[in-house]
Amino acid sequence: MRFAGIDIGSRTIKLAVIENGELILSRKIVTSHDPLGTARELMADTVFDRITATGYGRYLIKGHLSCPVITEITAFVLGARFFSDSCGSILDIGGQDTKAISLDSRGDLCKFEMNDRCAAGTGRFLEVMATVLGFTLEEFSAAALSATRAEKINSMCTVFAESEVVSLISQGALRNEVALGIHKSIVSRSAGLLKRVAPTEIIFFAGGVALNDCVRILLENEMGRPVFVPPDPQIVGAIGAALSASEEV
Amino acid sequence: MTDYTQMWESLGLDIKTHDALLAGLGKAYTDIFLSQKNRPEGMKYFDFVMSEVHGLRIKELVDAKEQGRVIIGSYCVFVPEELVLAVDGVAVGLCAGAEFNFEGAETLLPRNTCSLIKSAFGFKLGKVCPYLESCDVIVGENTCDGKKKAYEIMGPLVKNLYIMDLPQTKSDMAKAVLKEEYRKFIEKLENVSGKKITVASLKKAVELVNAKRRAVKRLAAIRAADPAPISGLDSLLVNQVFFHDDPVRFTDAVNKLCDELEVRVKNHNGVFPKGTTRVVVSGCPMAVPNWKLPFLIESSYAVIVGEESCVGERGSRWLTEVKGNTVDELLDAITDRYFNIDCAVFTPNPSRLDYIKEMTKKLHAQGVIHYSLQFCQPYIMESGPVEKELEKSGIPTLRLETDYGMEDAGQLKTRIEAFGERLKKK
Repeated sequence: MRFAGIDIGSRTIKLAVIENGELILSRKIVTSHDPLGTARELMADTVFDRITATGYGRYLIKGHLSCPVITEITAFVLGARFFSDSCGSILDIGGQDTKAISLDSRGDLCKFEMNDRCAAGTGRFLEVMATVLGFTLEEFSAAALSATRAEKINSMCTVFAESEVVSLISQGALRNEVALGIHKSIVSRSAGLLKRVAPTEIIFFAGGVALNDCVRILLENEMGRPVFVPPDPQIVGAIGAALSASEEV
Repeated sequence: MTDYTQMWESLGLDIKTHDALLAGLGKAYTDIFLSQKNRPEGMKYFDFVMSEVHGLRIKELVDAKEQGRVIIGSYCVFVPEELVLAVDGVAVGLCAGAEFNFEGAETLLPRNTCSLIKSAFGFKLGKVCPYLESCDVIVGENTCDGKKKAYEIMGPLVKNLYIMDLPQTKSDMAKAVLKEEYRKFIEKLENVSGKKITVASLKKAVELVNAKRRAVKRLAAIRAADPAPISGLDSLLVNQVFFHDDPVRFTDAVNKLCDELEVRVKNHNGVFPKGTTRVVVSGCPMAVPNWKLPFLIESSYAVIVGEESCVGERGSRWLTEVKGNTVDELLDAITDRYFNIDCAVFTPNPSRLDYIKEMTKKLHAQGVIHYSLQFCQPYIMESGPVEKELEKSGIPTLRLETDYGMEDAGQLKTRIEAFGERLKKK
């Protein structure tokens, strides 16, 4: 049987299909103003027996497919275990959420923390800051890695941090040093969540921000623990949803 | 429906704003309460009370005043209702559960003030609370720093604010302070009412309030059944109405509701299927119409089986012993009773944690959702150690911090659902 999982995130929609315990399809698309239409487009020619939805848009799909839903948190737990049996700590930084999750000895969800209401310190924050500095996302991470010192960014609020960055630039600060400062601020916030919830073991790093090398390296340094990024960190939630579909009886 | 406009005008309410408030309240009530399935028949009384919350009940207060009875408003479970009733007064809990006129409140208060305090000010400045406007005396109790300082600012806005100081530790000296405060409060009540508290009037008052508490304690105990015979939302509503309804009528209505619920339990008739995830909510009080969190929880496949809260068991679980042959001896018994209340303003406050554990066990809950109002320092500070201890004892705990606004509803729902998924795996 084929089990599908769809993860409707704030920035991208991800689809994964699993058959005989193997990932046979994974796709993603930018969410757009019409998440339902985009999700349909993404699934158009996909064949599956059962599907489970997750992500902030899970109820949107549920209303149209009458499929079960699970939260992103449980989806990430299941998805992370697909890649690593012994996974104990998960950090997911997506478009509008940051989540730190710990698993118990059986691999079930134990504790979790999420950022509060705003997009402070999430993927969206990085996107906005990259734009302010005139970088693409790839250039942004590379520039930060090339810096030898960092400008201190005090604000985690996207709006306040933007004015802070603009003001640093106008004072002649180096672009790559500002870039490093921004990466550091996002890492120190995520590390705070992780230390509260999941204080030991390898960190399984998922979500779009896990594609950013600078964040991964800084996180490893800050936590003093190895950080594992799966081959396609954005698809983890969709895989988790697909695995949940396979568990349904 | 009766037109109460004249009565509201005479109380000095801003009719237009008040109409808008009632319309919003009515809609929320319909969406949140009336949409629930298989509600107990006995909830009809509470539906009626809520539909007349600014109507008939206020008319009763106005009538009571005409008969020479005093109306005493308060914001806290430390203000003894027994003493008010002993001078034949009417005690009303003042509502502070709506995100109403926060812009107005923020002209006098810092923005990072908890919603409960802001709401109290919003109601006052917006002139929309007929309870507040009916009061002969408003009791401001010194609990948290926020309330303490807020009463200083409230003083000039209301006609008769009476400050009651409260201790913050559970020592003998602290108890003596509390008793002295209550003694002073008796003086105040006797002055405004022109009536003297006697042994007989005080005993009668204690018994009246005890009966009311016994009724809600009975309701609390019935909720141990699975399937849950009543929703957490409806139970919370009963605990909210506790604060402003006529005590005798209320007690009767709760007992009738309990009779019905006991039959439901016998027939395994519930509002949620047997085996539904069960949680205890612990933390800050939820004043009318603050139904946000229970609504989010119960629309996420879980049922609330108890509230460790001032609007809940912390407010009602102790009875006052009817002991003593003088007013002073009775006052000792009253002080003993109130001194038990384990509010987070006390340091240390171990009995609260013990009782959350006890509730979880006796109500067969799988986990605890700890609710702190944003900027409520005592409960937020206490939530960390409480969570740690509960987890250590094997009780999964979810800590939430929120206010009256709805903009974080999506995020809260995700957390609550994820917590539910965790509990199901257990």
